[in-house]
Amino acid sequence: MSGLVTTRAPSAHRRETQVGESLLVRVLLIGVALLFLAIFLVAPIATVFGSAFSKGVGPYWAALVADETLDAIKLTLLTAGISVPLNVVFGVAAAWLISKYDFWGKSVLITVVDLPFSVSPVISGLIFVLLFGAHGWFGPWLSEHDIKIIFAVPGIVMATTFVTFPLVARELIAVMQAQGNDEEEAALTLGASGFAILWRITLPKVRWGLIYGVILCNARAMGEFGAVSVVSGHVRGLTNTLPLQVEILYNEYNFVGAFAVASLLSALALVTLCVKKVAEWSVSNRQAKREASQRALSVPVRPATSLEGVSP
Amino acid sequence: MSFALRTRHSVLPGFGLALGFTVLYLSLIVLIPLSAAFIKTASMSWEAFWSTVTAPRVLASFQLSFGAALIAALINAFFGLIVAWVLVRYRFSGKKLIDAMVDLPFALPTAVAGIALTTVYAEHGVIGEQLAKIGVKVAFTPLGVTMALTFIGIPFVVRTVQPVLEEIDPDVEEAAAVLGATRLQTFRRVIFPAILPATLTGFALAFARALGEYGSVVFISGNMPMRTEITPLLIVTKLEQYDYAGATAIAAVMLSASFGMLLLVNLLERWTRRAEA
Repeated sequence: MSGLVTTRAPSAHRRETQVGESLLVRVLLIGVALLFLAIFLVAPIATVFGSAFSKGVGPYWAALVADETLDAIKLTLLTAGISVPLNVVFGVAAAWLISKYDFWGKSVLITVVDLPFSVSPVISGLIFVLLFGAHGWFGPWLSEHDIKIIFAVPGIVMATTFVTFPLVARELIAVMQAQGNDEEEAALTLGASGFAILWRITLPKVRWGLIYGVILCNARAMGEFGAVSVVSGHVRGLTNTLPLQVEILYNEYNFVGAFAVASLLSALALVTLCVKKVAEWSVSNRQAKREASQRALSVPVRPATSLEGVSP
Repeated sequence: MSFALRTRHSVLPGFGLALGFTVLYLSLIVLIPLSAAFIKTASMSWEAFWSTVTAPRVLASFQLSFGAALIAALINAFFGLIVAWVLVRYRFSGKKLIDAMVDLPFALPTAVAGIALTTVYAEHGVIGEQLAKIGVKVAFTPLGVTMALTFIGIPFVVRTVQPVLEEIDPDVEEAAAVLGATRLQTFRRVIFPAILPATLTGFALAFARALGEYGSVVFISGNMPMRTEITPLLIVTKLEQYDYAGATAIAAVMLSASFGMLLLVNLLERWTRRAEA
C-alpha cells in the first residue's frame, strides 16, 4: 500500500553482513538477474530507439512532424492537461484526509482509492461507454442535447482520469504518513490557518513525493492505451492520442513512424524514472538528517546484542 | 455530520472539506462509473449471462488470460526474488541504473511495450531469431502472451521484497551461521520465511495486473480466436460489434476476479505487517 518513494528509503542503514555467499554464487546470481533484466527490459527499450532511427534522422523527424502526429500530440497534451491537475487536487485532499485524521472507514477508503489499479484498462473504458455511449444510461439525453462524450475528447479525458486516479494520492499518502504532523501542529499553535499550513508547511515537506506523483501520473496519462482505445473511436486527427497513433502506424507497417512516436513516450518514461531516483534520494536524505538530529539530541545507546565481535 | 465519523480528535483543521471533496470526487470518477458495469450485468437474465460467459470462445480466452497471467507471475516471483536479493545484498557497477530500470514497466506506455516486444521476439527480431533457430516461436503464440505479461509484472515482486530484505537484521543471519547453519539452511529457515509474505503480495499484484493487461499483449499475441485471444481483447471485440451486454457480462467476471485479488492482496499486506512487527 505504501508508495514507491518511501518504501525504498531505509537502504542507507543497512550494515554489511559478516556472513555471505561464496564468490561463485554471487556472480551466478548477479548474472541471472542481469540476464533476466536484459532480456525483458533492456532489449525492448533499446529496440524502440534502434528501430526509430533505423533509417536515419530524416525519416524519424518526418514521422514526428507529420500532421497526424502533431494532432495526436496536441490531444495528448490536452488530455493530460485536464486529468493530471484534477488528480493532483484530489490526491492532496485524499492524502490530507488519510494521513492527518483517524476516522471510521479509513482502511476501506484507502482500498477504494486503489480500485482503478485493479480494473483492466479495457473495462475502465467500457464503464464510460455504458454510461455515456449511444445505448448507455445518459446516451439518449446526450444525443438529444447534441453532446458527444464517447468517441470524442470528453470520453478520453474521463477514461484517462479514471485510470490515473490513484497515482498522486498514493504517493502523497505514503510520504505524508511517514513524515508525521509535528510541524503542522506547531504552525497551528502559532495561529496559521488550515490552507496556510497546507501551502507553507505540508506541501513543501512532501514536495518530492508530489513531484514524482505528478510526473508518474502525467506519464501514465499520456501513455494510456487500453481505456482510451475503447472510448476514442479512432477518429484520425480528432480523437487519436499518441499511443493510438503508435498503434495505427504500426498496423500500417510504418515501423519507423510507429517507433518514432513511441520514442517520444519512451523518453517521457525514462525522465519519469530519473525523477523517481532524485525523489528517493531526497526523501532518504531528509530522513537521514532527521535521524541525525534526533541522535544528536539523545544519549547514544549501542545495542548489546551485536555479534560483530564474534563473527567468524 | 462529518464530526460523527471521527473517532479521534485531530487538532488540524480541514477534515470536513477534505472528506467531502474526496468522497465526492471518488464517487463521480470511480464508484458511479464502476457500478454501471454491475448494474448493467444485473439487468441480464441469468441464462443469458451464463451462456455468454461459458461460450467456447470466452472460455478459451479465460483459460489463456488466467493461465498466462499465472505463469508470468510465477516467473516474476522467482526472478524478482533474485533481482531484489542482488540489488539489496551485492555491490556491483551499474547497480543504481539497474535499480532504476526495474520500474520501467510502470512508466512505459503499454502500447510502446507491445510493439517493442513484438519486434524483439518476431522471427527476425534480436531474440526471436535466436529462439527460432532452436525451434521456439514466441510472437503470435501463447508464449508471446506470457512474455508480455512477464514484462509488465517485473516491478511488483522486486519492489515488495526489496524493503523487507533491507530490514532483515544481519545479526540474525550471523547468529544462524555461528550456530552452524549452512548458507542455504539460513536462507531456507531464516530469510525465506521473513520475505515469503512480501513475495506472495508481489506475486498477487503481478498476477492481478497481468489479468487485465491489454496494450502490451495485443501486438504480440496475434489475436487468433480460441488460440491467442485474451479476455480483455474479447471485451473490445464485443464492444466493436455493439454487443454491450456480452462485453459487460465478461467484464463482470473479470472485475470479480480483480476484486478477489485485491482482497487477497490486502490480507497478504496485513500478514506482511504482522510478520514485520
